[in-house]
Amino acid sequence: MSFRIAPSPHGHNQRTTSEMMRWVCYALVPGVLLQSFFFGPGIWFQIILALGTAVLAEMACTVARDRPAFSALRDNTAIVTAILLAISIPSLAPWWVIVIGTLFAIVVVKHVYGGMGQNLFNPAMAGYVLLLISFPVQMTNWLPVSTISEHSLTLWQTLHTIVFEYTPAGYSVEQLRAGIDGVTMATPLDTIKTELTRGYTLTEIYQGPEFSYFAGAGWQWINLGFLVGGLLLIQQRIISWHIPLGFLGGLCIPAFIAHIFAPDLMPGPIVHALSGATMLGAFFIATDPVSAATSNRGRVIFGLLIGFLIFVIRSWGGYPDAVAFAVLLANMCVPLIDRYTRPVVYGHGD
Amino acid sequence: MSGSQTMNRDVNTAVIGHFPGGVHPPERKQPASSKPIRKLALPQELILPVRQHIGPSGKVLVAIGERVDKGQRLTEAGLSQGLPLHAPTSGIIAAIEEHPTAHASGLPEQAIVIQPDGEDRWGNKHALPDYHDVEISRLLELIQEAGIAGLGGAGFPTAQKLAQQKPLKHLIINGVECEPYIAADDRLMQEHADDIIAGTRILQYITRCDSVLLAIEDNKPEAIKAIAEAIGDDPQIHLKVVPTKYPSGGEKQLIELLTGDQVPSGKLPMDIGLLMQNVGTAYAVKRAIIHGEPLLERVVTVTGESLKQRGNVWALLGTPIQHLLDESGFTPEKKQRIIMGGPMMGFTLPSSEVPVIKTTNCIMAPTEQELPSPGPELACIRCGACADVCPATLQPQQLQWLAKAKDYDELEKHNLFDCIECGACAYVCPSEIPLVHYYRKAKAEVRNIAREKAKAEQARKRFEARQERLEREKQERLERHRKAAEERKKMQQEKADKPESKTKEGDDKPAGKSAAVAAAIARAKAKKAAQAAKDSPEEDNSAKGNES
Repeated sequence: MSFRIAPSPHGHNQRTTSEMMRWVCYALVPGVLLQSFFFGPGIWFQIILALGTAVLAEMACTVARDRPAFSALRDNTAIVTAILLAISIPSLAPWWVIVIGTLFAIVVVKHVYGGMGQNLFNPAMAGYVLLLISFPVQMTNWLPVSTISEHSLTLWQTLHTIVFEYTPAGYSVEQLRAGIDGVTMATPLDTIKTELTRGYTLTEIYQGPEFSYFAGAGWQWINLGFLVGGLLLIQQRIISWHIPLGFLGGLCIPAFIAHIFAPDLMPGPIVHALSGATMLGAFFIATDPVSAATSNRGRVIFGLLIGFLIFVIRSWGGYPDAVAFAVLLANMCVPLIDRYTRPVVYGHGD
Repeated sequence: MSGSQTMNRDVNTAVIGHFPGGVHPPERKQPASSKPIRKLALPQELILPVRQHIGPSGKVLVAIGERVDKGQRLTEAGLSQGLPLHAPTSGIIAAIEEHPTAHASGLPEQAIVIQPDGEDRWGNKHALPDYHDVEISRLLELIQEAGIAGLGGAGFPTAQKLAQQKPLKHLIINGVECEPYIAADDRLMQEHADDIIAGTRILQYITRCDSVLLAIEDNKPEAIKAIAEAIGDDPQIHLKVVPTKYPSGGEKQLIELLTGDQVPSGKLPMDIGLLMQNVGTAYAVKRAIIHGEPLLERVVTVTGESLKQRGNVWALLGTPIQHLLDESGFTPEKKQRIIMGGPMMGFTLPSSEVPVIKTTNCIMAPTEQELPSPGPELACIRCGACADVCPATLQPQQLQWLAKAKDYDELEKHNLFDCIECGACAYVCPSEIPLVHYYRKAKAEVRNIAREKAKAEQARKRFEARQERLEREKQERLERHRKAAEERKKMQQEKADKPESKTKEGDDKPAGKSAAVAAAIARAKAKKAAQAAKDSPEEDNSAKGNES
């Protein structure tokens, strides 16, 4: 009788890459729901556009690279990239913004570098940076959160705006951003940056409508939503705690020190932690294993570096938020980090 | 010494070390650990590969058609690493032929086939109930003659491992058995704890070691109880219960668990004063010394859901795997796998004609549902799950990249050869990459390259030696010619001193040549004059040499 040959080990712990990526998508749900609550249904259209583009781009690339078209999709990584990019951009951004960003992320950042597992940079963040530099107006047109906004768009109005860049009534996104007094409202981080340059203190800035409780209105809840999802990922062992901890430490510790010395000029750690894309970045973006450091020590350093870069860029840089830049800069350091954090192999210690 | 003394005081304490990584696959040992070891009916034939352990094969001592007794020696252990082979039961030598053997490659090897006669008739046994007044070298000889190899791991000849002359801190007896499914050692400890401890004492006597650490994983309460009773109040044998984690039974991992020390890379446990033997080996040593029985059978766990009757059996060496399956209610599924060893490190057998050998601790016939085959291999996403579970703190993801890139220099720099192939990395890999498979291939390739290099190096040396020899011979020849020429010049000179007119005839430039010619003429004249037949070839040579 003859039998089937297979290499050892026989059996597996049944947690596959596709499944891990699926878990990442589930963990995004609380944050995305809150985001759609505060910024309207536009985010869903952005996600749909990104998914469609990503799937087609992934198939085209795999076919062009002489690989079966559906095999690459099975790992779900393209889907995660698409969703992360879609939820990073303003929800009323014109349709071509997300399409260009996703195409760049999948085709250039991922497949040109050799496909899954080979990319040096986080595809979603590279796509985001491309968009931010190329289309700064569309990429910074964040609406004020719905609780303080003068306008609220229906599903149809949202779709119309994404496709034609105007609401059916003819308002541009710029106009939608205006507050009751006709002054354009910005994101909390943006507000902090511009108001500080105008000589206001943080205490005064926090009186504005963009702020409530601990940080920016709306944004703080979205961040908490991503925090909950991120903790779920750690609990499910999809990600390890090293990168998020390093990330938040690298951001909050310098912020705390700076805040003690200049309480009216430097926002405190809580404002930093619950603003912009902090939690999304800490748990979902920096933890992309392909472009992150691999050893646990290296991961902590990688996280610290990102957090610190965010603190530096937010405090003194030209952009209000900095997750994407910080992640890309840290991605470049990964080979170096990996080299110097290689663990001591059994029998090679002293 | 102080370390071992503190240990003497707190017998049965927990382990002091810890090893990184490790996994917790489902254990599934219960079917085998809960039932007594079964005796099997004699198989139709026993197939004994002449070479069934590390080391070269011995010389066959029997001929086809010969009747053999149980325990009769079949081969002569040849070189240092060889071990003799014995007839596991009485019968007739039916054949000596090539036969597929229990090796991952399934390549055929020379094997002795015995047809049992059913009498199970013992030949001579040299029992030695009291070994304390016997010389250690004699005991080692007996262990060697009994054909005992390490029954837990690679099957290294036990006597040779014991013969290393270095002082020991601890003798470690390994009853950890961390592979899922397998409960052969577990059951042996439950049923033969006294024999194992008796064997341990023999090993202790041979190694003159006063501290024995007997390690068992904490998922074997019955075995722990039995061994603890057997040890009694012996102050020198310490029972160590280690936490259940794969691969805590690996030699290096267990050493780290028990002592907190690591075996330096490329060294042996012996080099840090440790020696490890499996409980099964201790049992075999006891049978060999006290009862005079060579190693003829071993406990094999026969398990997997394609079998109705799962459990442990006493299998004679050489028993075809098919016989074990038949005796266990085997109903194969489509694309059935048969694994020799456990699910983590065992290898699949191409056929069931393969026999049980000394290192066969388990035969598995799992269903696809029980141990699903891996899905298609996806790309590595550098998630690092493999590095988290690697007990050797390697970076399996890097090794995998390098192995695929065939970067053998970097592979060695990343310590590929410290990989113990435990399979933990591949077990957790979410992209289902058969990592160990890549490492094995890379290791084989590195060894091949080293072998080729050594060969090329040897060829180069041989060539250079030859060149050197030729050059030396040439130089010697030239030197001889020079000397001969000088001799002749002298002779010439002496002659020239008498007839002065002749030298003046010649120019000073072709002096050598004319001198040589003159010398030749002189010589010819001398020869003629002397009428001597003693013409040496050297002179001919020298004449040629001078012309060139």
